[in-house]
Amino acid sequence: MVCSLGIEGSANKIGVGIIRDGEVLANVRRTYITPPGEGFLPNATAKHHREVILTLVQESLKEAKIKPADLDVVCYTKGPGMAPPLLVGAIVARTLALLWEKPLMGVNHCIGHIEMGRHITGAQNPIILYVSGGNTQVIAYSNKKYRIFGETIDIAVGNCLDRFARILKLPNDPSPGYNIEQMAKNGSKYIKLPYVVKGMDVSFSGILSHIEELADPTKNPNKRKKTQEAESPETKPADLCFSLQETIFAMLVEITERAMAHCGSNEVLIVGGVGCNERLQKMMEIMCEERGGKLFATDERYCIDNGLMIAHAGAEMFKSGTRMPFEESFVTQRYRTDEVLVTWRDD
Amino acid sequence: MDKEIIKQGAEARLYLGKYEGETCLIKERFVKKYRHPDLDKQITRRRMKAEMKTAARCLAAGVLVPKVLHLDYPAHTLYIEYYANAKTAKEFIQETVATQEPGETMKILQDLCCRIGVIIGRMHFDHIIHGDLTTSNILIDPQENKYDIVFIDFGLSHYDKGAERKGVDLYVLERALLSTHSEQPYLFDFIMEGYRVHCGAEGLLVLAKFEEVRARGRKRTMIG
Repeated sequence: MVCSLGIEGSANKIGVGIIRDGEVLANVRRTYITPPGEGFLPNATAKHHREVILTLVQESLKEAKIKPADLDVVCYTKGPGMAPPLLVGAIVARTLALLWEKPLMGVNHCIGHIEMGRHITGAQNPIILYVSGGNTQVIAYSNKKYRIFGETIDIAVGNCLDRFARILKLPNDPSPGYNIEQMAKNGSKYIKLPYVVKGMDVSFSGILSHIEELADPTKNPNKRKKTQEAESPETKPADLCFSLQETIFAMLVEITERAMAHCGSNEVLIVGGVGCNERLQKMMEIMCEERGGKLFATDERYCIDNGLMIAHAGAEMFKSGTRMPFEESFVTQRYRTDEVLVTWRDD
Repeated sequence: MDKEIIKQGAEARLYLGKYEGETCLIKERFVKKYRHPDLDKQITRRRMKAEMKTAARCLAAGVLVPKVLHLDYPAHTLYIEYYANAKTAKEFIQETVATQEPGETMKILQDLCCRIGVIIGRMHFDHIIHGDLTTSNILIDPQENKYDIVFIDFGLSHYDKGAERKGVDLYVLERALLSTHSEQPYLFDFIMEGYRVHCGAEGLLVLAKFEEVRARGRKRTMIG
C-alpha cells in the first residue's frame, strides 16, 4: 500500500494531491490569474505560489483525513516548466520530506499527465495527445519509454490560444482557453487560416501571426499589402475564435489519427489543459468513431495541472522500486517526456 | 466497377481496380466529418493536387514514383500505378533485422539508407519537399538480385526553394525513424551520408538549417 503526496507548480497553477493505492483522497489547487491582456511572469507566479502553498498542503491533509505519518512518499514536479515556480514546489517538498522523514521523488510533469489520464479513464495502451500551454505532443508507449511521435515544431497549441486571447483582451479567469471556447460557440463563419501539418508534426506560430493581423489590422499596417482589401468589412471576434479552434484542432486530430494508423492503435487519450476543450473532444470522438476506435478524456480536475497526477506518477515509480537520492532533488526547465525510463510498465 | 479494398489509411482508402484495362491502385480520400466542411474541401483538393504535381516533378527529376494515371476531383479519387510485389521500407527493415546476422543487417541497411539519402538529396536539389518522409512512405520493389526504391504518398508535398522547409523535411524523417525504428538508431546517419553525396553547396545550407530546426525542438522549455 502506497500513500503519496504530490506537489505541482510548473506554471501558473499550484496544486497538492494525495492518493492512496489509486484512491483519490485529496486534490486541491489555486490558479494565479493575471489581468486581461497579460500573461504570467515567472517571478510573480512564484510569489503567488509561495503565498498559498502551505495552506494547500494543510487543506489536502485535512481533506484526505490523514496524518503526515501515514504517507510513504513525498513527490514534486522536477520539470519541465518555469524555474521560479518549480522551485517553490521543490523546496516545500524537500522540507516536508526531511521534516516528516519520508523519501522524496521528483516526477516528470508530462509523465504525470499521462499516468493520471490512464488511471482515471482506464485506458490501457492508448495513443496520447498531450496538449497544454507549453506542450503539444503525440505520444505512444513502446519498450519502456513514452516516445514522441509528433509534436509542435514551434509554439504549443495552448500558447497560441492564450496569446490570441490576450490580443482580444479576453479575461484570464478561469483560463484564456476556456473563454475562447465560449466565444467560439457564437461564431459560425469559417475564415480561412493557414493549416500546417508536417508529417506527424504541426506548427502554430504562422497561424498566430496571421490571425493576430486579422483581429487587429492596424498592428502591422505595412507588412502585408493585402490588408487594404480587408478580408471582410468586419471580422467578428467570435468568428475568429471559431475558425481558430476549427483549424488548430483539425490539425491535432489529424496528427493523432496518423499516429494511430502508424502504430496500429485504436485508443486515444487526451491529457493536458487544452484537453478539457469540449470541441476538441468532440472532433476527436468523431474521428475515433469513423475508425472504430475509442476516445478517453478527463475533465478539468485531472486535465489541468494538478498535484494529484504528480502524487500518482510518483507512487507508481515508488512501487516499481525507483528511489531518488536527496542530492538529485533539483528542478530542470527542460525535461523531455522520452527521457524517463518507465519502470512501472511491463508491456 | 468492381474494386477490392486493400488498405485503410489515415485519410484514404486504397482499392485494387482497373484503369483502361490495366490493374491499378485507386486511392480515395474520404470526407473527414470532424473537420469543418470548407476546411475539409480545401485540404482534400490541395493534397490531391500536390500528389499529382509532385509525381510529375519526381519523374522529371529521375526519382521513381508510381505514375498518376487519372485524377477524379469530384470523387476525391486518384488512379495510380500499382506495385504488386513491393513492400514498405518499414517492413523491409524489420524483416532484415529479424532474419539476418547483425553484421549482414548492418550492411544491407547501410546500403538501403544510403540510397534513400541520395534520392532525398536529388528531390531537394530539384526543390521537391516530400512533407511526410517515413519508412511507411518508401516502397521497396524487388527486381532480380536487386531492388528499386519508390517514394509514395505526396499529399503533404510542395515545391519550395528555401532551406527551411527542406530542413524540416529532414527533421520529420529523423523523428519518424527514431520513433519507428528505435532499436536501429544508426539509420538516419546512413541516410545523411547518402544525402551529402548529392546535395551540393545548397545542401550544406539545408544541413545547417536542419541543425537549427532540431535545436528548436530540444531547446523548447515546454512549460505547463
